[in-house]
Amino acid sequence: MDSTTPAIDVRGLRKSYGEIEAVRGVSFEVAPGEVFGFLGPNGAGKTTTINMLCTLARPTAGSALVAGHDVVAERDDVRRNIGLVFQDPTLDGYMTAEQNLRMHAELYGVASGLIPGRMRQVLEMVGLWERRKTQVMTFSGGMRRRLEIARGFLHSPRVLFLDEPTIGLDPQTRSSIWRYIGALQQTEQITIFMTTHYMDEAEFCDRIAIMDNGEIVTLDTPDALKAQIGADRVTIRTADNEAAVAALADRFALEAKLAEGAVTFYVASGEQFVPRLFGELGVPIDSINVSRPTLDDVFMAHTGSTIRDAEEAGGGVKDRNRMVVQAMSGGRW
Amino acid sequence: MSQAPAVRTDAAPAGSKATAKAVGHAPGGEPDYEPTPHVARVVVPPRSWRSELRAIRIVFRRELIRFRSDRLRMATSLIQPLLFLFVLGSGLQQLSQAGTHGVDLKTFIYPGILCISVMFTAMTSAASIVWDREFGFLREMMVAPIRRSSIVIGKCLAGACVASIQGVVLICLAGAVHVPYDPLLLLGIFGLQLLLAFTITAFGLMVAVRIKQIQSLMGIMQMIVMPMFFVSGALFPVNGLPGWLSVLNRIDPLTYAVDPMRRLVFEHLTLSTAARRALDPGVTWWGWHLPALFEVGVVLGLGLVMLGIAIWEFNSGE
Repeated sequence: MDSTTPAIDVRGLRKSYGEIEAVRGVSFEVAPGEVFGFLGPNGAGKTTTINMLCTLARPTAGSALVAGHDVVAERDDVRRNIGLVFQDPTLDGYMTAEQNLRMHAELYGVASGLIPGRMRQVLEMVGLWERRKTQVMTFSGGMRRRLEIARGFLHSPRVLFLDEPTIGLDPQTRSSIWRYIGALQQTEQITIFMTTHYMDEAEFCDRIAIMDNGEIVTLDTPDALKAQIGADRVTIRTADNEAAVAALADRFALEAKLAEGAVTFYVASGEQFVPRLFGELGVPIDSINVSRPTLDDVFMAHTGSTIRDAEEAGGGVKDRNRMVVQAMSGGRW
Repeated sequence: MSQAPAVRTDAAPAGSKATAKAVGHAPGGEPDYEPTPHVARVVVPPRSWRSELRAIRIVFRRELIRFRSDRLRMATSLIQPLLFLFVLGSGLQQLSQAGTHGVDLKTFIYPGILCISVMFTAMTSAASIVWDREFGFLREMMVAPIRRSSIVIGKCLAGACVASIQGVVLICLAGAVHVPYDPLLLLGIFGLQLLLAFTITAFGLMVAVRIKQIQSLMGIMQMIVMPMFFVSGALFPVNGLPGWLSVLNRIDPLTYAVDPMRRLVFEHLTLSTAARRALDPGVTWWGWHLPALFEVGVVLGLGLVMLGIAIWEFNSGE
């Protein structure tokens, strides 16, 4: 595989479980060395897609090449070239950190002479070298994640898959985990394919694909995605929010939404719009906030809910329909 | 692979930018990781016989590591066999003196107890595959570039080994039930235990490999283990049984392990011919007296077949 072969090349990938179509024909390419993010509400098909790329699920249709190898026909070649950090922990708590890594190295057939040096390197990278003789069951959630990431790197994969690598961790731990991932990626120049719910983590990606209902709804760099929105977000609090929403529609032809006691709408060049708003709205304004679009806005524009809402609505239950109904019935909007 | 990862500048910025961002992302504070003196990137070789053997070995070693750290399991799995041997054996001795021709009942049931202690432990070992599934570790093994059969074989050999190690404790108690410490006898017992442990672990894996929850497995195991144990003749001679029990007994795989074990032990005892005939009649098929080696072959054959089924099931799952 030379440097022009995409690290991941997916064409028309589909997966159905009986009646349910979890993934409905997705296509994308990931370049070597790229950090590629997969965003989407729970049940959007992210994990199913990852599972197919990792050879854990067989595609119903379409093809996928990972590190230049077909995920169905060359399953073993794919497996040799990828590292995985799953959403759910897959460490053996009864073994020490070192034993877990040793097991991994042996399963992947890493040359015996190289194992100790490599183990030390990855353990030092994630700051667990001192704890290598400790049983993993005594580790905190953050330490376990770090160990899993070290393990994913252990056999020098070309592509590392991270499925929600920081879910359920506190902000400090999350940021330290990203620091480790960044350092590891820098040392080895590997391609990272990840899914996440956190906007700040999505910013870390070179490109982002947003997935909803089993399809990729948009795919671009974070900056380009934000530019696509083409408008700033304006949030106002007024004496009479209902009237403000009506007035915005009447006088400015703007569609505004009422949420949590504030009126939100999108308008190009938000700062210049503010003086007009004060002059012409006709409803007294208590406060105003103009902000550049964030990835959260991008996410909302494409999936109809904010990332956080999507997460809460999903609540770990992989029930897309329920979530869609909730989003459509507009409980929050 | 990618010294110069910038390939498609339009939509896919390359790694250099990403990493710059990643480091910048760190909110100061702790000193950042400094790349250590370089350790060569490792290479994962294509699959081969050698890599499969390594995989089997490491799966095996992991089971032993876990067994060593689980002292409680070691102790508790001995309780049942000891209860049968010393409590049931001593208690029923009061009633059965006339029927045992002066042989201590404990001595009589000792070979059977040797077998069932192995059986209990081997079944528990087989359950580990369900634990691994429930706690996620199975996934780590399943995505590795190895055959699934290597996982099953490693687990089966480890289960056999662990169960035999436990069996040694009972072998050590031979003197307490009037069985001599003859090295050949002890070695023979150990060999038979190893074989039985292998077959029972294979059987356990065959049952466990598709089961997703440990509770359901425990239920099924209870349903299988106790009948197998009671029917096997571990606690009684197998001739002159009621017809239905006789049939069940001949179907029970454990029968073919208990019988050679008993013959082996009784050959090293000094008994009257009458006692020997009454207590160690041997298993017959329509009047044909099965040779001990044949029985051993049956156990081994069953073990291999069940291991094959377990592997096949594991391969076709998911």
